[in-house]
Amino acid sequence: MNFWEFIQDRWSLLWFQGYQHLSMVVQSLLIATVVALLIAVLTYRSSMWTGIAEAGAAVGLTIPSFALFGLFIALIANGVVLSVLVLAFYGSLPIVRNAVVGLRRVDPTLVESARGMGMGRMSTLWRLELPMAWPVILTGIRVSAQMLMGIGAIAAYASGPGLGSFIFSGLSRLGGANSTNLAWAGILGVVVLAIALDVMLNIIGRLTTSRGIRV
Amino acid sequence: MSDQPTTNDSAVDDVVHGERIVLNQLTKRYPGQKTAAVDDVSMEIPAGEIVMFVGPSGCGKTTTMKMINRLIEPTSGTITIGDEDVTDVNPDELRRRIGYVIQGAGLFPHYTVADNIAIVPKLLGWDKQRIADRVDELLDLVNLEPAQYRDRFPRELSGGQQQRVGVARALAADPPVLLMDEPFGAVDPITRQRLQDELLRLQEELRKTIVFVTHDFDEAVKLGDRIAILDVGSEIVQYDTPEAILAAPANEFVEGFVGHGAALKQLTLTRVRDVELHDAAVTHIGGDAQEAISQAQEFGRDWAIVLDEQERPQRWMSLRELARPGALRSVSRDPDLETISPASTLNDALDEMLTSSHGVVVVTGRRNKYQGVIRVETIMEAMQSLGSASSAPGSAEAVPS
Repeated sequence: MNFWEFIQDRWSLLWFQGYQHLSMVVQSLLIATVVALLIAVLTYRSSMWTGIAEAGAAVGLTIPSFALFGLFIALIANGVVLSVLVLAFYGSLPIVRNAVVGLRRVDPTLVESARGMGMGRMSTLWRLELPMAWPVILTGIRVSAQMLMGIGAIAAYASGPGLGSFIFSGLSRLGGANSTNLAWAGILGVVVLAIALDVMLNIIGRLTTSRGIRV
Repeated sequence: MSDQPTTNDSAVDDVVHGERIVLNQLTKRYPGQKTAAVDDVSMEIPAGEIVMFVGPSGCGKTTTMKMINRLIEPTSGTITIGDEDVTDVNPDELRRRIGYVIQGAGLFPHYTVADNIAIVPKLLGWDKQRIADRVDELLDLVNLEPAQYRDRFPRELSGGQQQRVGVARALAADPPVLLMDEPFGAVDPITRQRLQDELLRLQEELRKTIVFVTHDFDEAVKLGDRIAILDVGSEIVQYDTPEAILAAPANEFVEGFVGHGAALKQLTLTRVRDVELHDAAVTHIGGDAQEAISQAQEFGRDWAIVLDEQERPQRWMSLRELARPGALRSVSRDPDLETISPASTLNDALDEMLTSSHGVVVVTGRRNKYQGVIRVETIMEAMQSLGSASSAPGSAEAVPS
């Protein structure tokens, strides 16, 4: 069976696992964004806390994901919950970094003029600082999305959903019938999904960024 | 402590919309610093006047101003606006009642011009229609065509236009008090002069209480009803009308600010509206060219000014141009045509005159309506009468405390 025949043969399973993969990544990404923005908003005003958040994000990214999945299996039995949590953790790291940078780069005279007009702290954050930092934050989200697509494949190791199952089952019986086809189908699926999600995020970005600051 | 009459006041005497501001023993001390940034300042800013804070950088003039809207919280002392002690009121609510204009306007880049102007009205919970009406009214007021500029973003405006929107935004909720922190510092000299003129024109209508921080003494002389010259710690060295400061600087520090050429600066003190304007030959788009020619000849001039249907000057036309058939059928606006307002100083008028090729400068009033022209003779006459007037008793030196 050549590769295309294999794809046609397993199309419904591939489609289903692809959908699961995307759904897992998007959900993790949403959680990651919310958590990252909270962290950024709580830290960006202080240089010390900003430093801690940035260093934490840098260190976090060096933890091998395979190891983290393995360690957490003992704590959380449910593969789906575990996968989403681990992905949300990794996904939040680039967003934290970009959000902190974006918020700190907002021109202080703008903030002062907002405060001078009687906008409160929350209102200034919500109406001025976050919208101004949004393009930078969104770049972080896109980086994060690409990363999660890849790490998401490892979720299968922790019996999580997604295209990882193709890759793992392919690699675990290398030499066997269709083993390389399985692995390639998984890889290709991940790449296609990653591109699709990036295009989607790009469109969302254009729709949610004011024309006044669009580059 | 009665209000002393300002010497250069004109006939315009609208209702004063501003409120008096009183600073009482205001002090700002930053932790860990030996000397206070603002040390025990007391002053009264009369309702409806423009008071200029002038001083070297680091003297605390901006700090003093920012304590009025409590962007900087005073360490001690009180601030009274109108009859209300605002030292302890909610700062956000206070600031919605005080217009605030900063250098470079500080417009939100991601908001349209209309949204920028609507910020404070929205905070105050106005309904949509009222906000939309107000935005158009304000754009009109600062000479920006609402239909053309309403939906633009700040980056699509020139520096001068941004600054005008900044002023419109500060005026949005019709606050009695306006704080301006070197608002015209970042624009080129010509635009700055025009913005200054516009501010004076607005102030004739609005009669707000304006506190204006600048390091440019000439700007202070031109705009201020009163000038407070501040030294380190925001110490008030002299607080008086521009005339009185020019005539009698309190000490060497003030003399240093006044600089040389005090006599020429007197030109800065005389407004166009204080002198008698000359007439020029006037005609309208679609008007009778022959009549314009004979009118110009009557004045002994070779030029006539063409106005549009709203009396706004469009361009100068020579007699030869007018003599052409259909000369007045369609006349485009000369982009280089400079005009000044009644609030402009004779100094500005002289400046325009020297750079224009006609030796005259057109004066326009509200909404750019034509009012008359100024010629070199106008200025010479004014100078002569100034010379005879300066020997008359000057204004009192009463410094409100």
